[in-house]
Amino acid sequence: MAGSALLAGLGSFLKPLVAFAERNSSAFSAETEAEAIAKFFPDQNITPSDAIAISVHDLVENGAIVPVEINTSLPETSSITILVEKNPNPLIANFDLSPECSGFIATRIKMAKPSDIVAVVRSQGKLFSARKFVEVIEGGCG
Amino acid sequence: MASSIKIRTSIKDGLTTVRSIIRHPMDSGYIKNPETGDTIPAHYIEKVTVHHGDKLVLQCDWGRAVSANPFLSFIFSGAKTGDTLRISWADNKGESDSIEAVIQ
Repeated sequence: MAGSALLAGLGSFLKPLVAFAERNSSAFSAETEAEAIAKFFPDQNITPSDAIAISVHDLVENGAIVPVEINTSLPETSSITILVEKNPNPLIANFDLSPECSGFIATRIKMAKPSDIVAVVRSQGKLFSARKFVEVIEGGCG
Repeated sequence: MASSIKIRTSIKDGLTTVRSIIRHPMDSGYIKNPETGDTIPAHYIEKVTVHHGDKLVLQCDWGRAVSANPFLSFIFSGAKTGDTLRISWADNKGESDSIEAVIQ
Protein backbone atom coordinates (compact mmCIF):
# COMPACT_ATOMS: atom_id res chain seq x y z
CA MET A 1 0.00 0.00 0.00
CA ALA A 2 2.75 2.43 1.01
CA GLY A 3 4.63 1.68 -2.21
CA SER A 4 1.65 2.35 -4.45
CA ALA A 5 0.87 5.55 -2.54
CA LEU A 6 4.47 6.62 -3.06
CA LEU A 7 4.26 5.87 -6.78
CA ALA A 8 0.97 7.73 -7.07
CA GLY A 9 2.61 10.64 -5.28
CA LEU A 10 5.56 10.59 -7.67
CA GLY A 11 3.19 10.40 -10.61
CA SER A 12 1.35 13.53 -9.61
CA PHE A 13 4.68 15.25 -8.85
CA LEU A 14 5.86 14.53 -12.38
CA LYS A 15 2.64 15.89 -13.91
CA PRO A 16 2.22 19.32 -12.34
CA LEU A 17 -0.48 20.24 -14.87
CA VAL A 18 -2.85 17.77 -13.25
CA ALA A 19 -2.98 18.30 -9.50
CA PHE A 20 -5.38 16.02 -7.67
CA ALA A 21 -6.35 15.78 -4.02
CA GLU A 22 -5.52 12.61 -2.10
CA ARG A 23 -7.81 9.65 -2.70
CA ASN A 24 -9.58 7.66 0.01
CA SER A 25 -8.46 4.30 -1.43
CA SER A 26 -9.58 2.19 1.52
CA ALA A 27 -13.17 3.39 1.13
CA PHE A 28 -13.11 2.52 -2.60
CA SER A 29 -11.82 -1.01 -1.87
CA ALA A 30 -14.34 -1.63 0.95
CA GLU A 31 -16.53 -4.68 0.25
CA THR A 32 -19.76 -3.76 2.06
CA GLU A 33 -21.90 -0.64 2.00
CA ALA A 34 -21.49 -0.18 5.78
CA GLU A 35 -17.70 -0.44 5.55
CA ALA A 36 -17.51 1.95 2.59
CA ILE A 37 -19.66 4.52 4.40
CA ALA A 38 -17.73 4.12 7.66
CA LYS A 39 -14.44 4.71 5.82
CA PHE A 40 -15.62 7.51 3.55
CA PHE A 41 -17.70 9.36 6.17
CA PRO A 42 -16.00 8.41 9.46
CA ASP A 43 -18.04 9.18 12.60
CA GLN A 44 -20.68 11.15 10.73
CA ASN A 45 -24.43 10.79 10.95
CA ILE A 46 -26.41 10.35 7.75
CA THR A 47 -30.09 11.32 7.75
CA PRO A 48 -32.58 9.96 5.17
CA SER A 49 -34.01 12.78 3.07
CA ASP A 50 -36.75 12.98 0.46
CA ALA A 51 -35.07 16.10 -0.97
CA ILE A 52 -32.71 13.81 -2.92
CA ALA A 53 -34.01 12.25 -6.15
CA ILE A 54 -32.28 9.26 -7.77
CA SER A 55 -33.39 9.08 -11.40
CA VAL A 56 -32.72 5.61 -12.79
CA HIS A 57 -34.80 2.98 -14.54
CA ASP A 58 -36.50 0.52 -12.17
CA LEU A 59 -35.36 -2.35 -14.39
CA VAL A 60 -32.19 -2.41 -16.48
CA GLU A 61 -31.21 -5.15 -18.90
CA ASN A 62 -27.49 -4.43 -19.04
CA GLY A 63 -25.76 -3.79 -15.72
CA ALA A 64 -22.65 -2.55 -17.51
CA ILE A 65 -24.28 0.76 -18.40
CA VAL A 66 -26.82 2.12 -15.94
CA PRO A 67 -27.57 5.83 -16.45
CA VAL A 68 -28.08 7.56 -13.10
CA GLU A 69 -29.00 11.14 -12.25
CA ILE A 70 -28.87 12.57 -8.75
CA ASN A 71 -30.85 15.75 -8.12
CA THR A 72 -31.18 17.49 -4.80
CA SER A 73 -32.95 20.61 -3.60
CA LEU A 74 -30.91 20.64 -0.37
CA PRO A 75 -29.09 23.98 0.06
CA GLU A 76 -25.33 24.53 -0.22
CA THR A 77 -24.61 21.06 -1.57
CA SER A 78 -20.88 20.39 -1.39
CA SER A 79 -20.73 16.74 -2.37
CA ILE A 80 -22.73 13.94 -3.98
CA THR A 81 -21.63 10.34 -3.42
CA ILE A 82 -23.02 7.30 -5.24
CA LEU A 83 -22.92 3.75 -3.86
CA VAL A 84 -24.35 0.43 -5.08
CA GLU A 85 -25.10 -1.78 -2.08
CA LYS A 86 -24.53 -5.19 -3.74
CA ASN A 87 -21.50 -4.34 -5.90
CA PRO A 88 -18.15 -5.99 -4.99
CA ASN A 89 -16.96 -2.50 -4.07
CA PRO A 90 -20.07 -0.48 -3.13
CA LEU A 91 -18.47 2.98 -3.31
CA ILE A 92 -18.86 4.01 -6.95
CA ALA A 93 -18.09 7.71 -7.21
CA ASN A 94 -17.82 10.90 -5.21
CA PHE A 95 -18.31 14.37 -6.65
CA ASP A 96 -17.04 17.42 -4.74
CA LEU A 97 -19.11 20.39 -5.84
CA SER A 98 -17.95 23.99 -5.67
CA PRO A 99 -20.48 26.59 -4.43
CA GLU A 100 -21.19 27.43 -8.11
CA CYS A 101 -22.51 23.92 -8.81
CA SER A 102 -26.18 22.98 -8.76
CA GLY A 103 -27.17 19.92 -6.75
CA PHE A 104 -27.06 17.71 -9.82
CA ILE A 105 -24.84 14.97 -11.23
CA ALA A 106 -25.50 12.57 -14.11
CA THR A 107 -23.26 9.62 -14.94
CA ARG A 108 -23.38 5.95 -15.94
CA ILE A 109 -22.44 3.15 -13.57
CA LYS A 110 -22.01 -0.63 -13.51
CA MET A 111 -24.22 -2.86 -11.38
CA ALA A 112 -23.23 -6.47 -10.71
CA LYS A 113 -26.73 -7.59 -9.62
CA PRO A 114 -30.10 -6.23 -8.47
CA SER A 115 -29.36 -3.72 -5.71
CA ASP A 116 -30.17 -0.47 -4.02
CA ILE A 117 -28.44 2.60 -5.41
CA VAL A 118 -27.57 4.95 -2.57
CA ALA A 119 -26.95 8.69 -2.91
CA VAL A 120 -25.31 10.61 -0.06
CA VAL A 121 -25.42 14.40 -0.21
CA ARG A 122 -23.51 16.84 1.98
CA SER A 123 -25.57 19.99 2.56
CA GLN A 124 -24.45 22.78 4.92
CA GLY A 125 -21.90 20.34 6.32
CA LYS A 126 -24.44 17.64 7.17
CA LEU A 127 -25.00 14.32 5.39
CA PHE A 128 -28.31 13.17 3.91
CA SER A 129 -29.15 10.07 1.88
CA ALA A 130 -31.69 8.43 -0.35
CA ARG A 131 -31.83 4.93 -1.85
CA LYS A 132 -33.65 3.26 -4.71
CA PHE A 133 -33.83 -0.38 -5.72
CA VAL A 134 -32.94 -1.28 -9.31
CA GLU A 135 -33.66 -4.67 -10.88
CA VAL A 136 -30.75 -5.83 -13.08
CA ILE A 137 -31.23 -8.67 -15.58
CA GLU A 138 -27.62 -9.14 -16.72
CA GLY A 139 -24.95 -8.01 -14.27
CA GLY A 140 -22.17 -5.71 -15.37
CA CYS A 141 -19.49 -7.11 -13.05
CA GLY A 142 -19.12 -3.96 -11.00
CA MET B 1 -3.93 12.26 -31.52
CA ALA B 2 -7.54 13.09 -30.85
CA SER B 3 -8.30 13.90 -27.24
CA SER B 4 -9.92 11.23 -25.09
CA ILE B 5 -12.35 13.87 -23.80
CA LYS B 6 -15.40 15.33 -25.52
CA ILE B 7 -17.22 18.31 -23.98
CA ARG B 8 -20.57 19.90 -24.80
CA THR B 9 -21.79 23.00 -22.99
CA SER B 10 -24.92 25.10 -23.09
CA ILE B 11 -25.85 28.22 -21.11
CA LYS B 12 -29.42 29.00 -20.12
CA ASP B 13 -30.65 31.45 -17.48
CA GLY B 14 -27.10 31.88 -16.13
CA LEU B 15 -26.56 28.16 -15.65
CA THR B 16 -24.04 26.22 -17.70
CA THR B 17 -24.83 22.57 -18.35
CA VAL B 18 -21.73 20.49 -19.08
CA ARG B 19 -21.97 17.09 -20.73
CA SER B 20 -18.79 15.13 -21.35
CA ILE B 21 -17.63 11.70 -22.39
CA ILE B 22 -14.15 10.33 -21.76
CA ARG B 23 -12.85 7.49 -23.92
CA HIS B 24 -11.49 4.96 -21.42
CA PRO B 25 -11.95 1.17 -20.89
CA MET B 26 -12.73 1.47 -17.12
CA ASP B 27 -11.68 -2.17 -16.59
CA SER B 28 -12.76 -3.19 -13.10
CA GLY B 29 -10.21 -5.98 -12.70
CA TYR B 30 -13.08 -8.40 -12.02
CA ILE B 31 -13.77 -9.55 -15.59
CA LYS B 32 -12.10 -12.43 -17.45
CA ASN B 33 -11.15 -12.30 -21.09
CA PRO B 34 -13.65 -14.82 -22.60
CA GLU B 35 -11.04 -16.18 -25.05
CA THR B 36 -8.01 -16.61 -22.80
CA GLY B 37 -9.72 -16.94 -19.39
CA ASP B 38 -7.22 -14.43 -17.97
CA THR B 39 -8.48 -11.65 -15.73
CA ILE B 40 -8.34 -8.28 -17.46
CA PRO B 41 -6.20 -6.07 -15.16
CA ALA B 42 -7.88 -3.14 -13.45
CA HIS B 43 -7.57 0.03 -15.50
CA TYR B 44 -9.87 2.82 -14.48
CA ILE B 45 -10.01 6.57 -13.98
CA GLU B 46 -9.63 7.57 -10.33
CA LYS B 47 -9.74 11.36 -10.54
CA VAL B 48 -11.45 13.92 -12.73
CA THR B 49 -11.27 17.67 -12.25
CA VAL B 50 -13.16 20.43 -14.03
CA HIS B 51 -11.85 24.00 -14.01
CA HIS B 52 -13.70 27.11 -15.17
CA GLY B 53 -10.77 29.35 -16.04
CA ASP B 54 -8.43 28.88 -13.06
CA LYS B 55 -11.22 27.95 -10.69
CA LEU B 56 -11.94 24.36 -9.66
CA VAL B 57 -15.68 23.79 -10.07
CA LEU B 58 -15.96 20.00 -9.78
CA GLN B 59 -13.72 17.24 -8.51
CA CYS B 60 -14.61 13.59 -8.97
CA ASP B 61 -13.24 10.46 -7.27
CA TRP B 62 -14.23 7.36 -9.18
CA GLY B 63 -14.05 3.66 -8.41
CA ARG B 64 -14.00 0.61 -10.68
CA ALA B 65 -17.72 0.67 -11.38
CA VAL B 66 -18.12 3.82 -13.38
CA SER B 67 -19.09 2.53 -16.84
CA ALA B 68 -16.65 2.28 -19.75
CA ASN B 69 -16.31 5.52 -21.68
CA PRO B 70 -17.56 7.49 -18.68
CA PHE B 71 -20.33 10.04 -19.06
CA LEU B 72 -20.38 13.04 -16.74
CA SER B 73 -22.89 15.86 -16.64
CA PHE B 74 -23.24 18.69 -14.12
CA ILE B 75 -24.53 22.26 -13.92
CA PHE B 76 -22.77 25.37 -12.60
CA SER B 77 -23.25 29.13 -12.53
CA GLY B 78 -21.00 32.10 -13.26
CA ALA B 79 -19.73 31.20 -16.75
CA LYS B 80 -20.28 33.13 -19.94
CA THR B 81 -19.84 32.36 -23.62
CA GLY B 82 -16.15 32.35 -24.56
CA ASP B 83 -14.90 31.27 -21.11
CA THR B 84 -12.68 28.21 -20.98
CA LEU B 85 -13.55 24.93 -19.31
CA ARG B 86 -10.80 22.40 -18.66
CA ILE B 87 -11.46 18.74 -17.88
CA SER B 88 -8.58 16.53 -16.68
CA TRP B 89 -8.46 12.88 -15.67
CA ALA B 90 -5.90 10.50 -14.19
CA ASP B 91 -6.19 6.71 -13.93
CA ASN B 92 -4.78 3.96 -11.71
CA LYS B 93 -1.97 3.27 -14.21
CA GLY B 94 -0.67 6.84 -14.10
CA GLU B 95 -2.13 7.77 -17.46
CA SER B 96 -3.85 11.12 -17.78
CA ASP B 97 -5.35 13.55 -20.26
CA SER B 98 -6.69 17.07 -20.25
CA ILE B 99 -8.66 19.21 -22.67
CA GLU B 100 -9.78 22.82 -22.78
CA ALA B 101 -13.06 23.75 -24.39
CA VAL B 102 -14.60 27.14 -25.05
CA ILE B 103 -18.01 27.50 -23.42
CA GLN B 104 -20.67 27.96 -26.09
